[in-house]
Amino acid sequence: MSEKVLMKGNEAIAEAAISAGCLYFFGYPITPQTEVAEYMARRLPKVGGLCLQAESEVAAINMLMGASSAGTRAMTSSSSPGISLKSEGISYIAGCDLPCLIVNVQRGGPGLGGIQPSQQDYYQATRGVGHGDLRLIVLAPSSVQEMASLTAEAFDLADTYRMPAMLLADGALGQMMEPVDFSVFPKRELPEKTWATNGTKGKRKKNIVNSLFIEPDKLEQSILARYERYAKVEAEEVRFEEVMTEDADIVLVAFGITARIAKSAIAEARKAGVKAGLLRPITLWPFPKKRLNELADTAKAFLSVEMSMGQMVDDVRLAVNGKRPVSFFGRTGGMIPSVEEVTAEIMKIGESL
Amino acid sequence: MKTVFDRPAALSDVPLHYCPGCTHGIVHRLVAETIDELGILDNTVGIAPVGCSVFAYNYFECDMIEAAHGRAPAVATGVKRTHPDTVVFTYQGDGDLAAIGTAETVHAATRGENITVIFINNCIYGMTGGQMAPTTIPGQVTTTSPYGRKRNVQGSPIRVCEMLSTLDGVALAARVTVDCPKNIIQAKKMIKKAFQNQLDKKGFSIIEVLSTCPTNWGLSPKDALQWLRDNMIPYYPLGVYKDGEALRDDPAENGQ
Repeated sequence: MSEKVLMKGNEAIAEAAISAGCLYFFGYPITPQTEVAEYMARRLPKVGGLCLQAESEVAAINMLMGASSAGTRAMTSSSSPGISLKSEGISYIAGCDLPCLIVNVQRGGPGLGGIQPSQQDYYQATRGVGHGDLRLIVLAPSSVQEMASLTAEAFDLADTYRMPAMLLADGALGQMMEPVDFSVFPKRELPEKTWATNGTKGKRKKNIVNSLFIEPDKLEQSILARYERYAKVEAEEVRFEEVMTEDADIVLVAFGITARIAKSAIAEARKAGVKAGLLRPITLWPFPKKRLNELADTAKAFLSVEMSMGQMVDDVRLAVNGKRPVSFFGRTGGMIPSVEEVTAEIMKIGESL
Repeated sequence: MKTVFDRPAALSDVPLHYCPGCTHGIVHRLVAETIDELGILDNTVGIAPVGCSVFAYNYFECDMIEAAHGRAPAVATGVKRTHPDTVVFTYQGDGDLAAIGTAETVHAATRGENITVIFINNCIYGMTGGQMAPTTIPGQVTTTSPYGRKRNVQGSPIRVCEMLSTLDGVALAARVTVDCPKNIIQAKKMIKKAFQNQLDKKGFSIIEVLSTCPTNWGLSPKDALQWLRDNMIPYYPLGVYKDGEALRDDPAENGQ
């Protein structure tokens, strides 16, 4: 029987992770995600797990790497400046083909920035988290329910494709309270972790977890093999939600908390006679580029709405590939766009069509 | 015919990449002998660093992880806390352990992580070609201290065992060397104790091994050993700086 619990987004992440069998958490306090660690510190010892506060974000991600190397389902969470510190470790984790979950409850940047919600880490999550050719599966929740369900799913995706997954949330989703149902998480058949370094037990040859290949041809081979898996993720794991796109002249593209504002704005625009719709990417990588390209055959214009100076808009332009004009509206630095502002942008585009 | 000397089972049957006269090979052997003697090969996980021993994952027959520069104690923490029944060791050089990884080293030690750390101190960055290390001694010439390390420019070197011995999480901190058979026997004894401590859940154990780098010191292997005796041992005295067990609260959790 399903039962809804009223919870903060950050706490929903923690509880969902525990329900998904993650009993190990390594982290470092940073606003606005600290409740994840606090919840873990309260709960994990009661269920036979461990929440370890590391001396730094750098240490936390490396503890996670150790846990994951040994075949354990584990996670860390942080907020923007902390993810920058973790990016070294994330690169190693990706290079070692280790599955794990990294949560980023984004705040404003750059630098110390602010502590209010932002989506300024889109580039970092989808392009540049750590050095080298690598990808993360990036999931963008838009509600407290999704903070929970995508957390649970992220672990399974990471295990399936042997790669790190990131939950890219923001301070608003982390701090707000909504009802959550923890009984609805789908479960996958997962591959056995035959590669784990947890002692041979005399039953197999030794395993090595490593990202070093001194010979360039071997390094290239290892990357090509990884990109074959990435191609599979792109083919099979794209998630998005569409709202009133069938007859839409203007398609908004927005993720996370911004998508909720966009949803209200398209309703307002329709009231004013402009046919607007919304595509909400749930996976930021892989990005729903194929669907956006299809929509460009029927829609007349696209508007990317973000809490940044425009980052995802690059992916929207790549997807639309010049078929239709793509414009951008955003607020940044921790400011949240209002429904009125977004509606006004839609109306402006509507007039130009 | 009775075999009196053989390769330890824990040491892989592959050529080592180390330079002639480098003492890494001796220390590898001592670690491997210890793993054999304690019968822990199938339950041990080793963590290799960045530096000369970066390829250590090819040289030990147990499960191995190659960590980022300086992060081996954090990676070891992740393995040990999730798998308290495994034996976890890190093998790190001076740049890895005492410069870029100082925070990871100090905090793993103060948490009393039940791991074994083998620390190779040769006063220089070997893999990158002879740059100044956190343990480069005053006056020592390296490619990045070409006029000799000056205290008022590059600061003073870190004495790791002395520093870590002040922490309540440390069970064993000992400095040894491998310049002669007598000292090799003592080094082996301490390395074995550092692993035994882990089996006995005593806490963080670190063995600092004063080692040579003939290539980057620009000395013959024999002269390098003499340089170690004349310059390193006076600055880094051999000895046991702490021998006990980490302070713990009851009851034990996660193998700690």
